[in-house]
Amino acid sequence: MSHENIISVSGLNKTYASGFQALKHVDLEIRRGEIFALLGPNGAGKTTLINIICGIVNASAGRVLADGHDIAKEYRVARASIGLVPQELTNDAFESVWNTVNFSRGLFGKAPNPSYLEKVLKDLALWDKKDNKIMTLSGGMKRRVLIAKALSHEPKILFLDEPTAGVDVDLRRDMWVMVRHLRENGVTIILTTHYIEEAEEMADRIGIISKGEIILVEDKVALMQKLGKKQLILVLQRPLEALPPALASFELELSGAGTKLVYTFDAKADPSAIARLLKALTDLSLDLKDLQTTESSLEDIFVGLLKGGAKNSAKGGSR
Amino acid sequence: MNYYAMKAIYKFEMARFWRTLLQSIAAPVISTSLYFIVFGSAIGSRMTAIDNVSYGAFIVPGLIMLAILGESISNASFGIYMPKWSGTIYEILSAPISPFEIVIGYVGAAASKSIILALIILGTARAFVDFSIMHPVWMLAFLVLTSITFSLFGFIIGIWADGFEKLQIVPTMIVTPLTFLGGSFYSINMLPSVWQKITLFNPVVYLVSCFRWSFYGVSDVSVGLSLTMTCLFLLVCLGAVWIIFRTGYKIKS
Repeated sequence: MSHENIISVSGLNKTYASGFQALKHVDLEIRRGEIFALLGPNGAGKTTLINIICGIVNASAGRVLADGHDIAKEYRVARASIGLVPQELTNDAFESVWNTVNFSRGLFGKAPNPSYLEKVLKDLALWDKKDNKIMTLSGGMKRRVLIAKALSHEPKILFLDEPTAGVDVDLRRDMWVMVRHLRENGVTIILTTHYIEEAEEMADRIGIISKGEIILVEDKVALMQKLGKKQLILVLQRPLEALPPALASFELELSGAGTKLVYTFDAKADPSAIARLLKALTDLSLDLKDLQTTESSLEDIFVGLLKGGAKNSAKGGSR
Repeated sequence: MNYYAMKAIYKFEMARFWRTLLQSIAAPVISTSLYFIVFGSAIGSRMTAIDNVSYGAFIVPGLIMLAILGESISNASFGIYMPKWSGTIYEILSAPISPFEIVIGYVGAAASKSIILALIILGTARAFVDFSIMHPVWMLAFLVLTSITFSLFGFIIGIWADGFEKLQIVPTMIVTPLTFLGGSFYSINMLPSVWQKITLFNPVVYLVSCFRWSFYGVSDVSVGLSLTMTCLFLLVCLGAVWIIFRTGYKIKS
């Protein structure tokens, strides 16, 4: 494992007792200090992968290193470096917030440190609730308690399994801020989410898992450039019956009963393309009524990848 | 060793004990007091002494044993079953803690609760009947050994159980009958010879017998045999726990 990778997964397989193969020879490397978003549909294997790395589920085959330590042979050191915020809101309902974070810190072998835990609770806006029983807190607050518990032992790696599921927009944005803040403090974040815009907003790199296989790992910006599309839609004053030969050199599509010209382009590859197209339209005396541009979101890319086709092309430059 | 983790689990479990005093202490003390009133005072006054020990005093060790067997199993099984049921077991499984340390935390807390309860019941019994303890050090040693052994047994039940009903089956359907038939309220020498032999297959006989010996110096079976049988059961439980963690049975998929 190179020094820049904090997690290294190689040849990981998981077959449950029922015979269901949840992971199929997964190889994955997470870089130190990055925010990595793992995306995939329900049942793709995201939680199984996280649970194996964290020690909750046994792998059928393969090897995982966390911060350079084998999670099976050196589980004490490996696990001490990991914090996990699980998908489900699992808390000890009758415990107070303060007691439960102290419990978590102790469980991970750390000496009591009230000032650190006070800071964690204050950062998560939980300090005024520290003596409240968890059962009295709202869903969003319970989610924060889980994060506080995961951070209580000062982990280097933090897994956030669907951290914003079921929380309101404000809290979701607060969590994004908190995650960025953690990254600034050197914590590596691995995030699974169903909210693609969350990954688009926060992640440095994106991994997509489907049916137990990692089908793509790519830098987010590069991915959006590589697989994202930009389109210019030109609405004409008068409909066309067919594309004029003078426009044949452009990647144009005639739609809307001949009233729309859709131009798919790569502005970086050919910065003057739009200017040339507009000049060609003027030369042909094609008057415009309106124009608009659209850009593929990560969600469009995600859906496109899951539908297949991109697997082979995407795999090449990944990991 | 992860001492902080063991301490964290132990403190967490003990906190639940102090939080639920009515359930943890008041309920068993009341039910034991009722036994003393009914069997010790009302019926006991009409019973003859057994091995020169008044019937009221004779049943004290058996009643304490009845309480600590039930409480050890119940505390330990509930302690590990609840995280499984609520899902918080993820934190235990993902922590840098060995199976041995997990067992020390949970079983240590369950055994501590049982010992505290036994001492409270002992004090309660003193209010009803007059008795003395001939071998107090041995009494404490048997108390600790039995509490640990049955807390381990309870821990195994807690891992095995996948519902609240199963959690109750073994204590209610097996342990309580065995305790009642294990000489808590009588000397097995009072049984016909065939039943005396059959009773020797009941492990509780050995626990009650050696515990009663520590009080009055009399026992139904030899103290050495009782101690051997108890230690054997402890080893069986330890072996089962080792297999559970090695295979991940019912805790890790």
